[in-house]
Amino acid sequence: MNKVIDVENLTFKYGDFPALQNVSFSLEGEKIYGLLGRNGAGKTSLLSLVAGFREPNSGSVKIEGEKPFENPEIMQKVIFLQDKYPDADSRVDEILQAAESFKPNWDKDYARTLIKRFELPRKKTMEKLSKGMQSALRVVLGLASRAPVTIFDETHLGMDAPSRYVFYEELLKEYMEHPRTFILSTHLIGEIASYLEEVVIIDKGQLVLQEEKESLLQKAFELTGPQKRLDQFIEGMNVLREKQLGGIKSVLVFDELSEGLQRKATDEGLETGEADLQDLFVYLTGKGDAEYEVE
Amino acid sequence: MNRKFSESRPIFQQIKEYIEDGIIEGRFAEGEKIPSTNEFAEFFQINPATAAKGVNLLVEEGILFKRRGLGMFVTEGAKKKLKDKRKEIFAREYVQKMLEEAERLNISVEELKGIIEEKREVMKK
Repeated sequence: MNKVIDVENLTFKYGDFPALQNVSFSLEGEKIYGLLGRNGAGKTSLLSLVAGFREPNSGSVKIEGEKPFENPEIMQKVIFLQDKYPDADSRVDEILQAAESFKPNWDKDYARTLIKRFELPRKKTMEKLSKGMQSALRVVLGLASRAPVTIFDETHLGMDAPSRYVFYEELLKEYMEHPRTFILSTHLIGEIASYLEEVVIIDKGQLVLQEEKESLLQKAFELTGPQKRLDQFIEGMNVLREKQLGGIKSVLVFDELSEGLQRKATDEGLETGEADLQDLFVYLTGKGDAEYEVE
Repeated sequence: MNRKFSESRPIFQQIKEYIEDGIIEGRFAEGEKIPSTNEFAEFFQINPATAAKGVNLLVEEGILFKRRGLGMFVTEGAKKKLKDKRKEIFAREYVQKMLEEAERLNISVEELKGIIEEKREVMKK
């Protein structure tokens, strides 16, 4: 069976600037994915190609086995919500109507419910909305269209905290009630981390890793304790970051914390904790001087 | 309960402990169904795959079993099994922490016993 999204040796350039170089990965689908990368890493380029808004220079993107570029059938299956919105002078209700006519699975009642939850003014034009409300409208479009592939490009960034939580809650509910493929792209992972099942990390136009979030988190751990004991303990380990304060040291280790190791740490009076996805991301896409290896 | 000993435990581990606590306290009785993965996901606001990971660990340990199409159920004898395991953890983690703190404060074992007795009296009231 075809994967929902298949990206093979994808290369894309803006003039001479290579935005993406030889990127390959495939997504099985029906999961909530996180596409993580720093600003300028190539996230939006990648997603524009997946959504069929642009054509690759070489390599290919396939959605359910077909190329999305200039493919109206695939366009109906994908919705891509990004910061730019073409119809600045369209009213909210006009934009909703347009979505209704373009997206075959559009749920009008659900859209209405969401509009109420976000308290969006139907009669205002897009350009008159605050940044947060524009983002909320994108959430409504993304969720109510029930497109098999729904892509939110940094959508949560412009929203205030109460709206963000409405977004996350509705996203999770939608995913469970109507399972489909969601991709959330961002460089600010904190709040969304717990909602993700799988992550794709890109840096400088290249794939860093693709992995289930839980198994990625299992590959690293935090360790805190008295400096001397801790230093002995971590000898030979792959340390990504260290902090120190008054004889107490805390490190982020990129190694698996086996049950035996965990027990040993406890016996030594060292505290172990789960690595934070945001933290891990920062060090995996660091300044390019990192020396660790990712399998 | 032992969650306070490390500030950040994996979420799936916390789900697992939440269910374990429920079984030990009798909220999830042996032979009965526990909430679904989606219900856990909604309650804790996490991806259902993460909730499933916690649940599946308990299946591997024989604490829960799956009835096809019906959901997850608590195995007979699960409560005792969990209590035994928790006692081991109690000695290894809680008591260790307590002794370390006692050492820092120069509290002798005799004194410690006294404190425990005193605390118990208070709790009885």
